[in-house]
Amino acid sequence: MATTQRDVLLDPLINNNPVAFQVLGLCSALAVTTKMSTAFVMTLAVMAVTALSNTAISSIRNWIPPSIRIIVQLTIIASLVIITDQVLQAFVYDISKQLTVFVGLIITNCIIMGRAEAFAMQNPPGLSFIDGLGNGIGYGAVLMAVAFMRELFGSGKVFGITVFPLATEGGWYQPNGLMLLAPAAFFLIGCLIWGLRSWKPEQIEEDFHVGALLEPGHEGSVR
Amino acid sequence: MLEHYLSLATKAVFVENIALAFFLGMCSFLAVSKKVSTAIGLGAAVIFVLAITVPLNQVLYGAFLKQGSLDWLGLPDINLGFLTYLTLIGTIAAVVQIVEMVIDRFSPDLYNALGVFLPLIAVNCAILGAALFMVNRDYTLGEATVFGLGSGVGWAIAIVALAAIREKLRYSNVPESLRGLGITFIVVGLMSLGFMAFSGISL
Repeated sequence: MATTQRDVLLDPLINNNPVAFQVLGLCSALAVTTKMSTAFVMTLAVMAVTALSNTAISSIRNWIPPSIRIIVQLTIIASLVIITDQVLQAFVYDISKQLTVFVGLIITNCIIMGRAEAFAMQNPPGLSFIDGLGNGIGYGAVLMAVAFMRELFGSGKVFGITVFPLATEGGWYQPNGLMLLAPAAFFLIGCLIWGLRSWKPEQIEEDFHVGALLEPGHEGSVR
Repeated sequence: MLEHYLSLATKAVFVENIALAFFLGMCSFLAVSKKVSTAIGLGAAVIFVLAITVPLNQVLYGAFLKQGSLDWLGLPDINLGFLTYLTLIGTIAAVVQIVEMVIDRFSPDLYNALGVFLPLIAVNCAILGAALFMVNRDYTLGEATVFGLGSGVGWAIAIVALAAIREKLRYSNVPESLRGLGITFIVVGLMSLGFMAFSGISL
């Protein structure tokens, strides 16, 4: 278990990445990655919500009765997501329209619930904030990597700026349409995990433990 | 009218499968798909909860949260739209809790089969996702019922199929570091590719 602040912040990036290793938060990770701009906004939103919800839950952790903790956590997270959604609609309206339902789905993003359960319920607010931030960044790193591949090979662009001129517009690049479709996201994450685990073989899991995450009696089973 | 509902149902089950086209409910989709029998249990629980919560949320949304829906109280200027997420997730959590208690009271057998999955379902993004799609696409009560049921069936089909594939996969020689999660993702990707063959079908 990481103890120093630096470890708490950096551990989720590679050693304990929430998407690649803990299998959390995939629902939204895949759907918003056709373009880098949406993935980037999503990263920021998730980072803000994870960090703030961890802080909030951690600061009241001693007053939450265990039997209703999931409802309490959900309410805090939902309120933070509403604020995030309103901010996005106010400042980046176009992107918030493209993200459609996936902003709302941050509420059920397992990373946030998972960190609240596994970390914020046991640790002080300051450390929980850093943990939330670190997990947000780890999630964002995977998201941006997948989005980079999909946007570059699917439409020849990075952040909407043309890198490979398309054949249809007089350039030379014939875009790979599969990259913009759902299956490509699965393939890319699969290959990413493959790569990560070839590099760090200790990450090969014995068993998925995310399923046990919210069953009573299994608190803290997420590493 | 019937045709409209039929086409909506086909769309929800196959063409726009919430698991394979919108990536919803992925966490439990990957975690609980090791055995066909547990996958069937979770699939049934998801169908059950979706079929109840989507129409219920539609009623609540239409009566209180939609722009101008408070006319009947004489309050046309008040827009409670910002409470949408909180209402949807609150309804879902409450319904799951009630369903759990009711099943426990009246059908212990069913409780033993579905019970363990119900707490997982409250935070399954497939449930909230379907409710949000319902709000986004402005479905009527009838459409919401068909959509909820169809989405649930689609999700259940996807998870049972994946579990069946993974049971067979145990006998194959997968590269060391691709084992487990990596190969599962690639299998899901191929399944998703397969389900895309349904696109364009309309009844």
